[in-house]
Amino acid sequence: MTTLPQTTAKKLGLVIDLDICVGCQACATSCKEWNTSGHSAPLSDHDPYGADPSGAWLNRVHSYELGEGAEGRTVHFPRSCLHCEEPDCVTVCPTGASYKREEDGIVLVNPDTCIGCKLCSWACPYGAREYDYDDGVMKKCTLCVDRIYNETLAEEDREPACVRACPTGARAFGDLADPDSAVSKNVAAREGFDLLAEFGYKPTNKYLPPRKTTSAHVNPIPVLKSETVSKPNGSMADKLFAWADQKLSR
Amino acid sequence: MHPAYSVILFTTASGAGYGLLFWMSLGYAFGALPGGRLLALGAIIVALALITVGLLASMLHLGRPERALGSFSQWRSSWLSREGVAAVATYVPAGLLGLSLLFGYHNDIFHVIAAICAIFAAITVYCTGMIYGSLRTIRQWNKPLVPVFYLAASAASGAVLFGFLYSLFGHTTPVIEFLIALIITGAGVVKMVYWRQCAADKGQYTAEMATGLGAFGKVRPLDPPHTMPNFVMREMGYQVGRKHADKLRRLVLVCLFIVPAIAIALAALAGAAIFLLFAVALVSMGAGLIAERWLFFAEAEHVSMLFYGAERA
Repeated sequence: MTTLPQTTAKKLGLVIDLDICVGCQACATSCKEWNTSGHSAPLSDHDPYGADPSGAWLNRVHSYELGEGAEGRTVHFPRSCLHCEEPDCVTVCPTGASYKREEDGIVLVNPDTCIGCKLCSWACPYGAREYDYDDGVMKKCTLCVDRIYNETLAEEDREPACVRACPTGARAFGDLADPDSAVSKNVAAREGFDLLAEFGYKPTNKYLPPRKTTSAHVNPIPVLKSETVSKPNGSMADKLFAWADQKLSR
Repeated sequence: MHPAYSVILFTTASGAGYGLLFWMSLGYAFGALPGGRLLALGAIIVALALITVGLLASMLHLGRPERALGSFSQWRSSWLSREGVAAVATYVPAGLLGLSLLFGYHNDIFHVIAAICAIFAAITVYCTGMIYGSLRTIRQWNKPLVPVFYLAASAASGAVLFGFLYSLFGHTTPVIEFLIALIITGAGVVKMVYWRQCAADKGQYTAEMATGLGAFGKVRPLDPPHTMPNFVMREMGYQVGRKHADKLRRLVLVCLFIVPAIAIALAALAGAAIFLLFAVALVSMGAGLIAERWLFFAEAEHVSMLFYGAERA
């Protein structure tokens, strides 16, 4: 049934720290690698080595520029399904293939009943769903549902591939319904926020803001001692150098 | 939004078919249908053929058309599912009415069946409009006038079809012709008010809201996440030049509303060459409808484009 569950026992999701993400694309690549052979297999590509490559990816990393001058900064911005609490991508689905799990809140697509009408992707304000033209069905982040409960994997591998791959620790996975979980505590401490909260889908995934640099903390560009120009002392050598400088500067 | 030709064909053809079915069933229900049994049978066959062609075209839009039966299951939450259910449900009274006309069997119950047929046809078109009207991600679609215009366009194109078919056999009257011209004018007024509403709505969401980074200044894309457009950009980021859109809007106004309304009003006034004037109206309206439906998609802006450089949506 594509009506949404009233509540979910857990709210599994990701917390992404925009302060330390370096935009290396390891999460996106690792996601593609795992999911092209997992629950969402295949994630088809077209012309992957040609002039117009395209394909279904479940995680995309943007880089944005913010602010001006000394306040300017670059923010790397990973974007994937936010596993919202009240998303229309589930309710618009005519077949019930798009659903939200009652036990952990993960939003999934059943690849066996999806008819590929693409309406769920139209209903997502985050652009999180990508259609697979070869498979004829919609693909999206599964929160690596085939890893996190997978007892055949070593315990440290039972987290989403993107989290496992992140070299800077900018991605964390956990239960955001539990206020005592590490992710919830971090969200509280760092004032984690929702993307496009105004839209009202109540995303589960949270983003941690870049740490602010106030003007006081922005160091002026230091002038190195060795580069400070000594004043001429009027000696013959000085005059010679001044003359040479003048001639050579023409 | 990317204008898919299958969806354009579906909404225009089935819209006209349901419109024709609506007017002919309504006339039948009140016993006010001009012409004979065979003409009514012809009209219902044309209507069902257009509806069926449209529904088959809509299947082409699916990645897995062989699973389409599953789409009747989620009518509790999905307008697309509701539309499928309503579309199939309409075949029942329309089929019964068609059979009664085919075999010349008449019973008063068929007045009720015809009324149900007209109501189901209207509900189906309303559901089509609400598939788009319910999407909050696209401000040009998320307006109450969207399903209203789907109904109006269906009523107008169905009325012109009805007029053309009945005028072929000399069964239209000046009153019917003026009414059809009035319906077309009404649809035109709805569309113009809708365009005015769209122009006034600049979008309430910004790139700063989408990324949550407004506190750090204006958000400007630096590096894209992929070298070539992905599905989201191709499907949701389809853009049409402003100049192009203005020309097409004028084309829609002229072809969809002005030419058909004037042609049919002329037919009513002149009382001659009626079916020729209806043919002109029909051809012009067909071209206008396709342009209108193409624009409806091409001008629609999706909120997800805020991540790809759109400032507002």
